[in-house]
Amino acid sequence: MGQINAIELKNITKRFGKITASDRVCMNVRRGEILSVLGENGSGKTTLMNIISGIYFPDEGQIFVNGQEVAIRSPKDAYHLGIGMIHQHFKLIDVLSAAENIVLGLPGKLRLNLQEVAEKINALTAKYGFELDPYQKIYEMSVSQKQTVEIVKMLYRGANILILDEPTAVLTPQEADKLFAVLRNMRDDGRAIIIITHKLQEVMALSDRVTVLRKGKYIGTIPTHEATVELLTEMMVGEKVNLDIERPNPVDPQKRLILRNLTCVNKEGATTLDHVSLEAYSGEILGIAGIAGSGQRELLEAIAGLQPIEEGSIEYIAPDANQALEISAMDAVNIGKLGIRLSFVPEDRLGMGLVGSMDMTDNMMIRSYKKGKFFFVDRKKPKNLAEKVIEELQINTPGVDTPVSRLSGGNVQKVLVGREIASSPTVLMVAYPVRGLDIHSSYTIYHLLNEQKKNGVAVICVGEDLDVLIQLCDRILVLSNGKVSGIVDARQTTKDKIGILMMHTVKENQK
Amino acid sequence: MSTVIIFIQKAIAQGIGILFGATGEILTEKSGNLNLGVPGMMYMGGIGGLVSAFLYENYTSTPNGIVAVLFSFACAFLCASLGGFIYSVLTISLRANQNVAGLALTTFGVGLGNFFGGSLSQLAGGVGQISLPVTSAAYTAKIPWLSELGVIGDIFFSYGFLTYLSIILAVFITWFLQKTRKGLNLRAVGESPATADAAGINVTKYKYLSTCIGGGICGLGGLYFVMEYAGGTWTNNGFGDRGWLAIALVIFALWRPINAIWGSILFGGLYILYLYIPGLQRSTQEIFKMLPYVATILVLILTSLRKKKENQPPENLGIPYFREDR
Repeated sequence: MGQINAIELKNITKRFGKITASDRVCMNVRRGEILSVLGENGSGKTTLMNIISGIYFPDEGQIFVNGQEVAIRSPKDAYHLGIGMIHQHFKLIDVLSAAENIVLGLPGKLRLNLQEVAEKINALTAKYGFELDPYQKIYEMSVSQKQTVEIVKMLYRGANILILDEPTAVLTPQEADKLFAVLRNMRDDGRAIIIITHKLQEVMALSDRVTVLRKGKYIGTIPTHEATVELLTEMMVGEKVNLDIERPNPVDPQKRLILRNLTCVNKEGATTLDHVSLEAYSGEILGIAGIAGSGQRELLEAIAGLQPIEEGSIEYIAPDANQALEISAMDAVNIGKLGIRLSFVPEDRLGMGLVGSMDMTDNMMIRSYKKGKFFFVDRKKPKNLAEKVIEELQINTPGVDTPVSRLSGGNVQKVLVGREIASSPTVLMVAYPVRGLDIHSSYTIYHLLNEQKKNGVAVICVGEDLDVLIQLCDRILVLSNGKVSGIVDARQTTKDKIGILMMHTVKENQK
Repeated sequence: MSTVIIFIQKAIAQGIGILFGATGEILTEKSGNLNLGVPGMMYMGGIGGLVSAFLYENYTSTPNGIVAVLFSFACAFLCASLGGFIYSVLTISLRANQNVAGLALTTFGVGLGNFFGGSLSQLAGGVGQISLPVTSAAYTAKIPWLSELGVIGDIFFSYGFLTYLSIILAVFITWFLQKTRKGLNLRAVGESPATADAAGINVTKYKYLSTCIGGGICGLGGLYFVMEYAGGTWTNNGFGDRGWLAIALVIFALWRPINAIWGSILFGGLYILYLYIPGLQRSTQEIFKMLPYVATILVLILTSLRKKKENQPPENLGIPYFREDR
């Protein structure tokens, strides 16, 4: 095209021990262009971006910036070259204000004049249409505000090449649209922008070209207007995939759980759940949507008996009983005995539910060690169970004796979900069950949830991808700031409607 | 009346050594290094200052007070920063466990101090105490005119220069941390080294420098104790638990050196309160010696009740940083 590439990679290779995270990858991005880097988790997208931004140093290969070969040894080098990276987990310091975070690490006079910095920030935000208060502390900000700080931080440093790692993962559809508008403004201003993502809709909506990676290897680059969702998926996964999620109609739904005016208060004294009422039916998947931190976690934990309840009641109706049973005062162990299971996938997958340094058998035993009658534990049944789970869920592991922490994220999640399902629950609660999973594993998990639904289990599923929730669930409950802002029929709703509900009470509170 | 003045003077005298230790440790902890070697570094500073002053006085025919002060001051600072350096190499470069390395440094420093302190007495004649008339006179010299101003002079101006230095240093470090770019960078390193790294800050350099300089400042506490408080003499294990008090003071001051100034005087007062309470037995004295720690626990309880983010320790305190960690 006759244009100089803002950044070009040639044959970049990076290994971590025996694993090759990035294998002879090539790509380039021009000025005034938005490039999507598409790939599943574990395809080496983040590794590649960390190489560009100087966090990792490549083992092989060359990097060119504005046509010149460069060596990026540290984030400082990257920033001298005008490369700014916005990480998926924001690199911000909570106790500092926006302005302090933005000016961090920059050279200048010994004494720091924050007022001057704030004025420069305001000029930048006005230019591209951001909203930001430079003096606000990070810990008081919403996720999208934090993201704004990150982007402004890079612009303040004069970044001409911006890399955004999964920028919309934590945003509502409306916030994402706002972000896209800002990014287009920056593109038109002549900056090069790289978006790392696994969401095909985003690629189609925003980017000019798309580069696809698979398992650390470079697959190809095509202009977005020539791409289709099917084509990109095939490039990403390596084979044709059926992207439809099946959704059987609920059979004979019966009330299982009834929540009335449930209110929870956290340790800091803030209300996390505010008079939440809901009913969950057997043979149905109830989706829960909301911005991260709207009370999803608290809701599931309250039902499982892990969260103290301030007000309200939770009733459980067993399959054969006519009588409702009040469970809000029971402890987690007894609730578990009723067949109410929680499978929570937290941000660090091993944090809750599994013990990383123990093998699969031991992790299965966490649920069953109390069943034994003797002094010694029974290892045989858990081992059989572990083997069964490996086989049924196609878990990729050397064997049941391998510590769980050595497995990849997707396999860890399968172990967790598999164990909970194996206890034949009557209510199964899952949170972010497919977070970080590749497409295949995700569909395995959706399939598992549907299986449970067909078996008459009341499934409650907290999710982040609205497209998936709409396809998978029967009803979707939207949480906003701990309040229920609406319960919609998933078969008839749209993403925008849910997005508006997600923001609902936030707006009300501001008025 | 005069008892009150003496009590205040003694409280300050007890407090200054702790203040040096706390200021140095705050600087260190702001970089995310929890260095429990404070007692050891105080001993190292003390013995460094003492040995250098002893050598200077014994090998010069007419020792000069100012030279003696400069020489011993520099040696004390360097000797204690060496302790900080050992700790830095272990925890930053070799990523050893910080608690273990810090406790080892304490054991090492105390042993080093006692070993050379004892040897020094042997050199000086074998029995009794060594004496450093010139150096200690220079360290304990009061401000000529101001110290004669009656009560005010007694309370505010009757100390050697190290006392004022400790306060100036605490104010300076507070200013440095709050108002300068370098200070902001240092706080960032302690809060989240990965973030600081991504922002182009040299995390290793900041950690090394703050730990070594912080260690040197802790060492000045030892120097103060040896030169001004003890008047140029050495007693094995003479510092008592002042090093641990300094670490408690860091928490008490909520990681702000400016709070450590009055906190150190309060600690000093509480530490010697038992001497001024009549009718105490040997056993009941110990209950009063406990008071500084009780005060620290109270502060911990109060701040954790208030849950203010700004009053928490640096978020990555005690956690080693490795860039390519996955």
